Amino acid sequence: MRHFFTLLIHELRMLFIAPASYIAAVLYLLLMASMYYFALSKAAEAPQEVTPSVWFFQTFWVPVWFMVPLLTMKSIAEERRLGTLETLMTTPASALQIVLSKFLSAYLFYMLLWAMTIPFPYIVNAYTGDSVPLERLFDEATMIGGYSFIAISGLLYIAIGIFSSSLTRNQLVAGMLSFCMLFVLILSGRLMMEFPLLTLEWLDQSRDFVDYINSFEHLEDFSRGILDSRPLFLYGSLTMLLLGITTLVVESKA
Amino acid sequence: MPFHRRGKLIIPTFNTNVPEKEKSEPTPAIEVVGLTKRYGRVKAIQDVSFRVESGQIVGFLGPNGAGKSTTMRILCGLLPATCGIARICGIPVASHSNETKRRIGYMPEHNPLPEDMRVVEYLRYRARLKEVPMRKVRAAVDEAMEICDLQRKARRRVIGSLSKGYRQRVGIADSILAEPDVIVMDEPTIGLDPHQILGIRNLIDNLRGRMTVILSSHILPEIEKSCDRVIIINQGRVVANGSPKNLRKEFLPKTTYRIRVNLTQSSAQKVLRGIDPDLTFASSEEREDGFWEHRLQAPSELILTEPILEALQKSDTRIREIARLQPNLEDIFMAATRRSWDETVAPFKGHTRPGVPMPKH
Repeated sequence: MRHFFTLLIHELRMLFIAPASYIAAVLYLLLMASMYYFALSKAAEAPQEVTPSVWFFQTFWVPVWFMVPLLTMKSIAEERRLGTLETLMTTPASALQIVLSKFLSAYLFYMLLWAMTIPFPYIVNAYTGDSVPLERLFDEATMIGGYSFIAISGLLYIAIGIFSSSLTRNQLVAGMLSFCMLFVLILSGRLMMEFPLLTLEWLDQSRDFVDYINSFEHLEDFSRGILDSRPLFLYGSLTMLLLGITTLVVESKA
Repeated sequence: MPFHRRGKLIIPTFNTNVPEKEKSEPTPAIEVVGLTKRYGRVKAIQDVSFRVESGQIVGFLGPNGAGKSTTMRILCGLLPATCGIARICGIPVASHSNETKRRIGYMPEHNPLPEDMRVVEYLRYRARLKEVPMRKVRAAVDEAMEICDLQRKARRRVIGSLSKGYRQRVGIADSILAEPDVIVMDEPTIGLDPHQILGIRNLIDNLRGRMTVILSSHILPEIEKSCDRVIIINQGRVVANGSPKNLRKEFLPKTTYRIRVNLTQSSAQKVLRGIDPDLTFASSEEREDGFWEHRLQAPSELILTEPILEALQKSDTRIREIARLQPNLEDIFMAATRRSWDETVAPFKGHTRPGVPMPKH
């Protein structure tokens, strides 16, 4: 446990002294701010079925696709390329502690980035004054649900990034790999819904399964303020599985 | 034999073949028995066995690709061996790697360091990872930096901006941080200038007696000066093991004398005939103004410099040079690796063999 905290503090420190994280954070905020702007202007143009914040959360995959690979591709691949993973493995710290510390530091940074979008409604409110009431912009149920979905799904997304980073010593390959995996994971559920396959009778049973793994379905529940334990179980168990495999990979080819 | 240290750990050694007499000996710091590592069909090391007593400094030599790094990585628990046993302070590496990692300071081949940390920050982080008690971290880091001469100039520098020599010192400081029982260094002097090599040699000398050091190097005079014992490995096998003195006896039983006189080979033979029956002429070359350079060989245990000098003086020969050439580690290395080369490549006799230069003198 002691090693885990030493490693975690080290990882966080390395994240916060790296210029790349600040550049990533600025780009992320620009992207999210323009997303929010689109959501607002859409709501201003015509009546919408959903509030701007729900629309905003529905675009969660855009930052996930770009930010998660950027945040995680460096973690293990870079250490392996430099050879510092080797020196790390000769200390009494175990592979699991190393992997967990990298995972948690990336996850904390990811959540910090998302947390920076919380003030958006307040900023808008400060500029528009009373013409748009705050309750419209800051719907508590949506905000809490949406951010819990981000927090829960973030576990799995970051784990995917760490896992692909452990497979190779090339950062770019790691980044591409995690991008592809995230792409398939997030879109597969939605695409399968679109395919005519599911209209076949014998495949009808699989609709439940596809619903179960469909991230957008989860988001819809959460953004209505329904906190469901099933996605939590799905994302939690997959995260543990991936981190376990990552530990084995690090152990076997340090 | 139970093993106690740091209180709670008691691990029996598993080797039941050790005769009673040996059991009373102190546990060696490093013990390797029949270690083999295969990468697919390629055998990186094969049946490597050696012992290193505690407090010794041992040089680990071998041509590129001989299996030095593989052996060291197995010792540090980074690689699993295919078969064989490696023990650190009597504890098997394979089954108790967590315990052996606490006793080893390892400096890998290219000395990887994080580029964007400061020296003192990095060493403190490593000290915490190596389980130095929290209260002692500062003192341990300061001491290691003092030993490696980092304290004044490089303390707050960013590692990425350090010169090669300083980086190497940071690596060494890291490996001695937690005062481990065994220090494993893979080519610590690679890429350093002679001053820095001297500094690092002094540093390793300082560790003598306190810690067991096993280091690999290509720079043979370095090893010869700083090591108590030498292990030479070639093509995955140990081909020589012992102090440089013993190895000299084993691999180069003859010493060469070089004399430069105004005598041709036949007249020199006449003059030197009576000295020793084992003194033979190896080569003769004509040099400037009628002088000849002769190389004579005799068994190493004889010291024939004076008799040769006397005999030459009696015959009124003009002498320009007389020298007894001690074979150095380079010659031993060449002889040992060549011998194992002959053993392994022997079936291909008659074809061109990769040229291994003869010991030169």
